[in-house]
Amino acid sequence: MVIAHEFDYRRPASLEEAIGILSEYPGSAQLLAGGTDLVAWLRDDAVAPDVLVDIKDVPGLGDITVEGDILSVGSLVTFTDLIESGLVREHAPLLVEMAETVASTGIRNRATMVGNICSAVPSCDAGPVLLAYDTTVHLAGPGGERTVDINDWFVGLRQTALADDEVVIRVDIKLRQHGGVYVKLMRYAGEDLAQAAVGIVVYPENEYRVVFGAVAPTPFRSIRIEDTLRGKPLDEALVAEVVAMVDDEISPITDMRASAEYRTRMTEVMLERGLWEAIERCAGAGTDYGVRLI
Amino acid sequence: MQLRTMVNGEDWTLDVVPADVLLDVLRERVGVKSPKIGCERGDCGSCTIIMDGRTVRSCLVLAVEADGHEITTVEGIGYDGLSELQSLMLGNNSFQCGFCAPAIVLAATELLQHNPNPSRHDVQEALAGNLCRCTGYEPIIEAVLSAGGGGTE
Repeated sequence: MVIAHEFDYRRPASLEEAIGILSEYPGSAQLLAGGTDLVAWLRDDAVAPDVLVDIKDVPGLGDITVEGDILSVGSLVTFTDLIESGLVREHAPLLVEMAETVASTGIRNRATMVGNICSAVPSCDAGPVLLAYDTTVHLAGPGGERTVDINDWFVGLRQTALADDEVVIRVDIKLRQHGGVYVKLMRYAGEDLAQAAVGIVVYPENEYRVVFGAVAPTPFRSIRIEDTLRGKPLDEALVAEVVAMVDDEISPITDMRASAEYRTRMTEVMLERGLWEAIERCAGAGTDYGVRLI
Repeated sequence: MQLRTMVNGEDWTLDVVPADVLLDVLRERVGVKSPKIGCERGDCGSCTIIMDGRTVRSCLVLAVEADGHEITTVEGIGYDGLSELQSLMLGNNSFQCGFCAPAIVLAATELLQHNPNPSRHDVQEALAGNLCRCTGYEPIIEAVLSAGGGGTE
């Protein structure tokens, strides 16, 4: 099946040039990085931009760096880059655990983590992990640069805080000692989107982050569950208390990939197993990152 | 727009429009038929090619994005006769209908380049997302393990 409508294609060599093109086509330009979502959407006529702005030639967007207590991941960094990065594995191993669940090698070689949160589908794998970490998104637009807290990033189904004339440069993650898990429910490896997903990070002093994916229009932190857990060591009763809250916290749909009931029950199981594992990992024990809990 | 690319060691210059998908251009304009038209949404793996040393789904790449990049398909891998991996696959009856075969050869070739002695788990992970409806995958996995020196768990 061919892509049925016409559009222009531009490949700017600098950030300024990219922002200039976005301003030339107000509201009708589409940024292109890995394209693994975008080309499928173009084919489906789900998007119909007048111009694609391919940012793959913009210098500096493919870097992974650690400076002080900040890990920066550029907007052209692919899931394969994350998996192969010693820096990421050492400082933010949850990104590796998440990246290994994304589709297949052939997709991970092309798809970028930042593209994943820009597509912002409910099942996006990067969302729960970046929400569980302390993450800021760095953007550049005609007026200069600005940052958006990841908690303000996802504003609706496939909608983000990115303005029409802005480009994401990178995401920054503030590094602290932690343990985490990314638990993803899927039918089979190699291609499937999450039916439900749970991202958890535990910091010392019993500070918890609990994020759900694919069970609401956007990935989201459960503030009620985090408040219930805060400052308390994990025990059976506490886990049972927060697992009982899941049904009220999430709003999954029934579709061809899973029923709402199945998603709910499995989210409860993933939260329970994930909390225990994250606590273990925070203490330097538990399974290696990448070992799947379901 | 002009697309300049190298396909299996040969330089190509083609006029394309931005909406042209790389898979279609390779098959219809370059005449390389091993990348197959399957699901056309990145799920089945049958359109896999190697671009700059890495497998990509050519159904999800626009032809213009390949400008200045180097492409290898299974025609390029077998140019001087079958590779060791291909011979092992042939000897192991790894494929039946063959529709998925070019993509799986490329995916396994990429794996062996980065990980010359993969475990069964590594092979399964590397081939996940390349659908085969004939074989149940076992004869494919066995051949890749032999090519990697027998495999260690």
